[in-house]
Amino acid sequence: MVTTTRTAPEAVEAAVGAVPDPEVPVVTIADLGILRTVRVDEATGVVEVVITPTYSGCPAMEAITAHVAHVVRAAGWEPRVTSRLRPAWTTDWMSEEGKEKLRRFGIAPPAHTATAGPVPVALGRRTVDCPRCGSSDTVELARFGSTACKALRRCEACRETFDEFKTL
Amino acid sequence: MNDTTSRPAPVSSPGRAVDTSVPTGDRLTAAYLLGVADDAMVYAQRLAEWLTNAPQIEEDMALANVSLDLLGQARGLYPHIGGLDGTGRSEDDFAMLRDERQWRNVHLVEQERADFGFEMARLLWFSAYQVELYAGATHSADTTFAAVAAKAGKEVSYHHDHARQWVVRLGDGTEESHRRMQAGLHAVQPYLAELFDDDPVSRAAAEAGAGVLPSSLHDVVVTRVTGVVGEATLELPSDSRWRSRGGRQGVHSRPMGHLLAEMQHLARSHPGATW
Repeated sequence: MVTTTRTAPEAVEAAVGAVPDPEVPVVTIADLGILRTVRVDEATGVVEVVITPTYSGCPAMEAITAHVAHVVRAAGWEPRVTSRLRPAWTTDWMSEEGKEKLRRFGIAPPAHTATAGPVPVALGRRTVDCPRCGSSDTVELARFGSTACKALRRCEACRETFDEFKTL
Repeated sequence: MNDTTSRPAPVSSPGRAVDTSVPTGDRLTAAYLLGVADDAMVYAQRLAEWLTNAPQIEEDMALANVSLDLLGQARGLYPHIGGLDGTGRSEDDFAMLRDERQWRNVHLVEQERADFGFEMARLLWFSAYQVELYAGATHSADTTFAAVAAKAGKEVSYHHDHARQWVVRLGDGTEESHRRMQAGLHAVQPYLAELFDDDPVSRAAAEAGAGVLPSSLHDVVVTRVTGVVGEATLELPSDSRWRSRGGRQGVHSRPMGHLLAEMQHLARSHPGATW
């Protein structure tokens, strides 16, 4: 027996899409492409949410799952959150708006179109623009940054270090 | 945890306490995938030991991130294996409540953390192996394994590239870094054959379409590593006379018990603890 008043289906969908990434809270799970599907069943009151991890071991998945479930319940619906691995997440699923939010936050967004399969990356061949001053004169400091999805770079023009969202 | 189902079957030949039974159907797939998952889990544990111990803080982060990816791959497989083998075991049951003889990883990943040159040699070989394994596994008849492999393939190619950069930098570096990187390649050599050994379970799983035949990966992996070693001005050691064996049957080397003691201590001391 459901006593809570449910919000409109569009409202719960919007609420799920607006859940922020716990590590980079300026972007939402919809911006990142982590959110794959939201299916609202008005007959049963169940909201089915499918999410996908950026990396297999991403520790944020548990926090995201809990947050999504909380948001759905708060809207008066019953959450069913599942994680799907295939097709594997790619930075191509990130929205243009999400990339712009990252840049404004100081994280260089991923380049367009990840190539399928293993690609040996030669040191210093790619150009990544500094999210602060826009210079393309930047160097990689570390291939693994503060989270699994980021690398660390420095801008030679403004001397600031910054995170780069790795293209995957 | 349901301990009886995962214990090795009774041994028929006395004096050789090795599980040589080959299951069929879903249990075969489970037995095969346990080797894949245990390799990832045990190496994740070893790599995590580099936190606060790597040559620079960026490398602490890097190896911890590689560890995290491997942990995620194991977590993706363990509950599935528990479903296939009928025990319903969870990821924690697999990681925290199995004894040494129930683990199916190769000896390479359980060896103690040593010189950084050794670690880069181990990561170079193991990541090359995983790149090819997961590439083959995307065609597995087991759809969960195929999905984990498709995801993990991208991760391990990044690990391989990371190892490649270090091996070249150290090999083509100073006299000391060259010597230590070469020593690392020698030290891992005895543990490589086991990766490509067609044990009965792997062979049966490959025939059933669920697994990838280990020996089929040998040439492509060696080619991959040989290219890096050449670029690094190093030499690939010739095959060693002594080779590790038995990991896929649950027979492990001395460091394995210590690794499990450290990894499982908390979970075993405080059963069911949560936070």
